[in-house]
Amino acid sequence: MAVTTNSGTDKGIDKGVNYSTRVDKVGGRVQTVRTIRIAASVTLAFLLLIPVFWMGATAFKVRADAIATPPKIVFKPTLEGLIFLFTDRSVLNQARSKRLKARINELNWYERIALEGGQQITGPSEYVTRLRNSVIIAGSSTVLAVALGLLAAYAFSRFKVKGESDLLFFILSTRMLPPVVVTIPIFIMYTKFGLHDTHIGLILLYTVFNLSLTVWLLKGFMDEIPREYEEAAMVDGYTRMQAFRKVVLPQAITGIAATTVFSLIFAWNEYAFALMLTSEKARTAPPAIPTIMGRGGMEWGTIAAGSLGFLIPVVVVTFALRQYLLRGVTFGAIRQ
Amino acid sequence: MFPANHAQPRGGYQQRQLSDRSIQWLFITPTLILLALFNIFPLFYSLYLSFTDFSAIGTAAPVWVGFKNFSTLLNDPQIWKYFATTGRFAFLSVGLQTVLGFALAMLLREKFRGSGLITTLILIPMMLSPVVVGFFWKSIFNPSSGIFNYALGYFHPASAPGPSWLDSSSRALWAVVIVDVWMWTPFVMLLCLSGLNAIPDYLYEAAAIDRAGSWFQFWRITLPQVLPLLMIAVLFRTIEAFKSFDLVMGMTGGGPGDSTELVAVNLFRIAFEGQWRTSYASALAYIVLVIIMAISNVYIRNLNKVRGEG
Repeated sequence: MAVTTNSGTDKGIDKGVNYSTRVDKVGGRVQTVRTIRIAASVTLAFLLLIPVFWMGATAFKVRADAIATPPKIVFKPTLEGLIFLFTDRSVLNQARSKRLKARINELNWYERIALEGGQQITGPSEYVTRLRNSVIIAGSSTVLAVALGLLAAYAFSRFKVKGESDLLFFILSTRMLPPVVVTIPIFIMYTKFGLHDTHIGLILLYTVFNLSLTVWLLKGFMDEIPREYEEAAMVDGYTRMQAFRKVVLPQAITGIAATTVFSLIFAWNEYAFALMLTSEKARTAPPAIPTIMGRGGMEWGTIAAGSLGFLIPVVVVTFALRQYLLRGVTFGAIRQ
Repeated sequence: MFPANHAQPRGGYQQRQLSDRSIQWLFITPTLILLALFNIFPLFYSLYLSFTDFSAIGTAAPVWVGFKNFSTLLNDPQIWKYFATTGRFAFLSVGLQTVLGFALAMLLREKFRGSGLITTLILIPMMLSPVVVGFFWKSIFNPSSGIFNYALGYFHPASAPGPSWLDSSSRALWAVVIVDVWMWTPFVMLLCLSGLNAIPDYLYEAAAIDRAGSWFQFWRITLPQVLPLLMIAVLFRTIEAFKSFDLVMGMTGGGPGDSTELVAVNLFRIAFEGQWRTSYASALAYIVLVIIMAISNVYIRNLNKVRGEG
């Protein structure tokens, strides 16, 4: 299937001239190939996304529907999973459940839904804390990594830094290390300095982890801004710092935005460091989601709801970032 | 309009030269210090630890034991088995990703209405959190209520139960490979697409004038032109496959038995979960590190070559 439109059409016309005057028929074949191609792309995209759709569906199933055999494609949607995700509950026995049902009018809408699943809400769940930790840690580390990355990227982009390619190589190579390798000594360091299971500890580590990304990405974006702009500003009396602040930064704003979002996604998704360097207080959502077990058996609806809520922000920004995805995943090394 | 500073043009110029250099160091140093603190120092520290006997939760100080950890490791058939599993996983998943990613790129190469949207939709899996995705795939792989077997045609699992995936020691690794391929084929596709888009039209025009067949065009133009980027995609995925941790932890935790125990997972188990054999784990970490550094070197050299051309 290595036919491109260009060569395909050329060959088609060629054939038309040589063997037949019915160019329309040949054109029709090219059109058919194109239609098949489009249909195949759309179908494949749909097939690839089935697991994500399925997660979306499971998030709104009651527990019985989520583990039904064969899997239920059509089902009655419920908010049970979502409510179970954010609450701690106790399982009710027959008698207590009956007693609670007697005063159903005093209950909230979400308490009623929990009651239908035979459970009583006792308070907010751990997941709320985990999600808050994720937001705090991913957010702060991104701000730091982008700020430091901006400075370093500017220096690498505009000055002749001694051993520049070696330094850049070194910065990138830190990203290639398996997390476990770095974590063993850092774990010892952190327990010694009381940084284990703290927000600061994880923020610092994520900042360093993302620096390689932000430096490389931002350098790429800054290389594209003509030097003449700042040079003109400096001829007009701006200092280097002013030129950086007032000329380069505004020009690089889309690049900075894209870099920020990539850094956010990486910190948001990070699992290994969080698993090994936090236990309770500072634990983020990724290591927590697989531990959502529920009361008495796997609550797939709850798990799906948690996963979905965690993934949706990433899906949304993937669309916002689409023209920068290639840069983002190759550390700005390859541009479209 | 601009804050003028023309009083001493020559002096001002010199001052700017000087301050350029200080700005340069001011800008780079914080990054380098952080990297040194969180990457260089740990690396040396764990190199030292790998020659000692030490546990991070013990009270005893590290005791120097020379190459003992390394010789124990290299004589342990279990470790070799985990390396073999990792190699098999890397080979299978990267191989499939390469073939499928390239095919997808060929399919999406020509623009049509909405092709941008379709491409972005296909790219979604690679942006998601591997551990969360892997954990949810567990329910998809469930032999009776999961949609994977359902999609394979086991519509009535009660009468004809489908194969179990994550509970089967022969199929669990395949299940992990399937999810890894699902997540990362889009990455290979993305790189191939950018390679395909960069092929100049005149190459095909010249081939068409020479009446070269489409197979000839594919082997002589398309493939060689995309190859550098495809190589980069393969190397990058190979490095990542050797580091693979999140996905397996989410899906199988190394089981059943040790059928999906990749090196990174085992490393975590030795270093943290229950065992706390810190120095032993450091030695294993260093072995993994050397392997990954070797592949990374090839990767970055290739990257420089492509960048040099572009």
